[in-house]
Amino acid sequence: MCGIVGLLLKTPTLHASLGELMVPMLVGMGDRGPDSAGLAVFTEQLPIGELKYSLYSGRQVCDWAVLLATAQAELSDQATLQDNGNHAILTAQIAPDVFKPWLVQRYPQLHLLSAGRTLDLYKDTGGPAAVAQRYQFETLKGTHLVGHTRMATESAVTPAHAHPFTAGEDFCLVHNGSLSNPHAIRRKLEPQGIHFETDNDTEAACRFLEWRMSQGDDLKTALEKGFEELDGFYTFLMGTANQLALVRDAFACKPALVAETDDYVAIASEFRALAHLPDIDQAQLFEPAPEEIYVWNV
Amino acid sequence: MERLTLDATVSKPLSFDLRQTSLRQVNQFLHRELTAGQTVQIAHPDGAHSLAVGLTVPAEVNVEGHVGYYAAGMNQQARVTIRGNAGPGVAENMMSGRVHVTGFASVSAGASAHGGRLIIDGDAGLRCGISLKGADIVVGGSVGSFSAFMAQAGRLVICGDAGDALGDSLYEAVIYIRGEAKSLGADAQFEEMRDRDYEALHELLSEADLTHDPRSFRRIASAKQLYHWNANAQQDY
Amino acid sequence: MPSLNPQPSTHLEASAGYDHRIISYIQNAAAHGLYEIRGLGAKRRLPHFDDLVFLGASLTRYPLEGYREKCTTKTLLGTRFASKPIELETPITIAGMSFGSLSATVKEAIGRAATEVGTSTTTGDGGMTPEERAASKTLVYQCLPSRYGFNPDDVRKADAIEIVIGQGAKPGGGGMLLGQKINPRVAEMRTLPAGVDQRSACRHPDWTGPDDLTIKIQELRELTDWEKPIYVKVGASRPYNDVKLAVQAGADVIVVDGMQGGTAATQSVFIEHVGIPTLAAIRQAVDALMEMNVKDEVQLVVSGGVRTGADVAKALALGADAVSIGQGVLFALGCNSSTYIQQGEAHSAEADYAQLGTAPGYCHHCHTGLCPVGVTTQDPILEQRLESDVGTRRLKNYLQTLNMELTTLARACGKQNVHHLEPEDLVALTIEAAAMARLPLAGTDWIPGT
Repeated sequence: MCGIVGLLLKTPTLHASLGELMVPMLVGMGDRGPDSAGLAVFTEQLPIGELKYSLYSGRQVCDWAVLLATAQAELSDQATLQDNGNHAILTAQIAPDVFKPWLVQRYPQLHLLSAGRTLDLYKDTGGPAAVAQRYQFETLKGTHLVGHTRMATESAVTPAHAHPFTAGEDFCLVHNGSLSNPHAIRRKLEPQGIHFETDNDTEAACRFLEWRMSQGDDLKTALEKGFEELDGFYTFLMGTANQLALVRDAFACKPALVAETDDYVAIASEFRALAHLPDIDQAQLFEPAPEEIYVWNV
Repeated sequence: MERLTLDATVSKPLSFDLRQTSLRQVNQFLHRELTAGQTVQIAHPDGAHSLAVGLTVPAEVNVEGHVGYYAAGMNQQARVTIRGNAGPGVAENMMSGRVHVTGFASVSAGASAHGGRLIIDGDAGLRCGISLKGADIVVGGSVGSFSAFMAQAGRLVICGDAGDALGDSLYEAVIYIRGEAKSLGADAQFEEMRDRDYEALHELLSEADLTHDPRSFRRIASAKQLYHWNANAQQDY
Repeated sequence: MPSLNPQPSTHLEASAGYDHRIISYIQNAAAHGLYEIRGLGAKRRLPHFDDLVFLGASLTRYPLEGYREKCTTKTLLGTRFASKPIELETPITIAGMSFGSLSATVKEAIGRAATEVGTSTTTGDGGMTPEERAASKTLVYQCLPSRYGFNPDDVRKADAIEIVIGQGAKPGGGGMLLGQKINPRVAEMRTLPAGVDQRSACRHPDWTGPDDLTIKIQELRELTDWEKPIYVKVGASRPYNDVKLAVQAGADVIVVDGMQGGTAATQSVFIEHVGIPTLAAIRQAVDALMEMNVKDEVQLVVSGGVRTGADVAKALALGADAVSIGQGVLFALGCNSSTYIQQGEAHSAEADYAQLGTAPGYCHHCHTGLCPVGVTTQDPILEQRLESDVGTRRLKNYLQTLNMELTTLARACGKQNVHHLEPEDLVALTIEAAAMARLPLAGTDWIPGT
């Protein structure tokens, strides 16, 4: 059970203020999700072939400079790295099927949060204000983002259990609600070679949808299959390289509100997270209908 | 003998700004200091929850902006106007008085309300009037699925359309709908409109300043097949 | 010559899987096409408090003198956020039972007995009656999914508010009060036509989940200007998670109701097959409070099959701050007794039990409204079989007995305060109970799973 926020900036001049506009949204959902917070930011797209990997070292200290040097020596001498405390983003022309086994072998203590050409991912335990400060969320720039504040229900409070969840490349999902058949979904996917990192119910939804898309479904078709297979209560907000998508289950018990102006689309669990946004009084406000798929393009 | 006129009790409007005064202070004022006939303005609700809950006196409270959950919850006697949108459970369990939302209302508007009037100019979300126990709800727009679920008494007027399962497991509450319902819930049925329905609708619509012709509405009430435990209705239990 | 028809009895072999109970269940289902609805709690045997024993004092510990040295039972509930916490003389409280499942007289008798022993009683799904309010010094007002008779005036009249998420007898389900119990007064309080079945909702109409619960609690606090303690009651299924979430949502007191808890009427499949035993639930609930470091701040009330002073003492030792009793109260009032007392004379109720197809000691027919001893009925004739004074006296005696048993055990363990009982005062007699309560098996230091 949680708070979700999303923001897509239509006006390019605003891209530099993405973080600044978003932080009060995330902090505003602190009551709904006090135990961890996370954020996926979609930035300028890298050229084809290059990928960004968001890495997380948890409580342990990682010497990122050594990691970069090792990666340059063993994988690609063009690799670059941007570190931010216990997070770092490694950018290089390295394919995931090369990078992932390398990371597991060389740095088993590190957690790979995301992979993609546009996606940077941060998540950690603590309230959203603390997490936002820890990683200087207000300085982030980009086109759109997906954020989450978590109130854990059945699974543990760890950074890995925090949202957003990612699967594949440039795809992430946050969830408010609770699924009632996550274990069955998991048992369906694991034999297909899909690996799970946590026992969180949301991860099951994320991997299910990504699996459908890897099988050729577009996001809309994957979500329609999701309506049939994913049981329980949910409001899902998803991000791809150029889209935000929002759905609610048939009972729509968990709240969501959308505000749209010429400059932005903002999504939150409650209006109070949107009240500070510029021109909110003029925004078109609506609540997403159950089992309807809303997609906004960058 | 002199009759006290309403004017004698009206004092000048009081105003609060929720960016300056805390919700708790505003609510405590409304509980302890508010007197009959007073008017209070509340600015910048910014989606606050539980605003103006538990009012007990016939006073006027005007909220300028969008509110969060349970605005005017359990209202008694007060007339609360929300110039904006309302979050989940607006006027939940209202006993009397009147709550007016000029924008849209989220889910569970007027849930289990026992009395009074709830007027929503825009649309209402899912489960509008769930477990309704005697209040009247007038929705200028459409309502979401499962509206009037298990509604026991009172009336729900829908000027637009309704989602799925309208009036599921109704008891004695009555629904009037002008548009289309995607589907009716278990045990709900369309019924013939009678004179008293037209009269009731006329009154409810005028109270909400709506000019629709009562003859453009249809009546939905309980078929009463679920009133007693029986094998033929088992799927619906 | 040997008989061709040997004694049939020697060849009667009952099936374990299809015993007479299951056969009659299947045949009833086939005949009626409906599931069984009944009252009270689970009938199957479950790991329970009976599977634990106290380690009385001897040489390593010293007992208190039973008749002279005082052992306090005072109990404080709702100390976290409420400006007016509940102060009780005993940790034994009375669980929510509705006016509707019980008569107004019975509710009043319960209120009077509770007041006399200095404890609290609780309303139920159907609202607060003026008789009950007047009779009860400390009254907890339930906010249930159905919201029958729920109103802000009574919220303000209450001493505490209990948000009911679920019940041990049916976590995840709503109630079923059949039409025969809905007399005109019950109907009016619930805004229903008289004589119509009442199917209570399983989920609150205006919120879902712990994030929304936070806001619901805030609403009730705002409504009562932060004066009254707010309890949250859950049916035991995932108590570790539920207790944590209720604490996070801002509850002052958490009530965990194990699967032995009773109900006025629900599907028997629910009663017997949903939820976990009280014994298993307490430890998980206490773990959650300890882990959040709120053990002294948020009180835990345990219910579901608490019957005796020993049960109370064991619940407290495992970490409960108080217990809450429903079915025990009904039995004290005369439920399942073969006689009832009117004007000082005992009358047999056996024929009426027989008419219901049951017998004293086996009856669970609360749902029919035809209680032969006048406890769970709205019938004007049957209702008179429980005189308010008789009920009050019997219930007061029962509660006093439990309280004395509780202090007897606490003293034997060397405690001047019943709240000082601790898990280390207990051992388990069975492996199941040892595993669930996380106690050593008697005579060993083996705690299964550790």
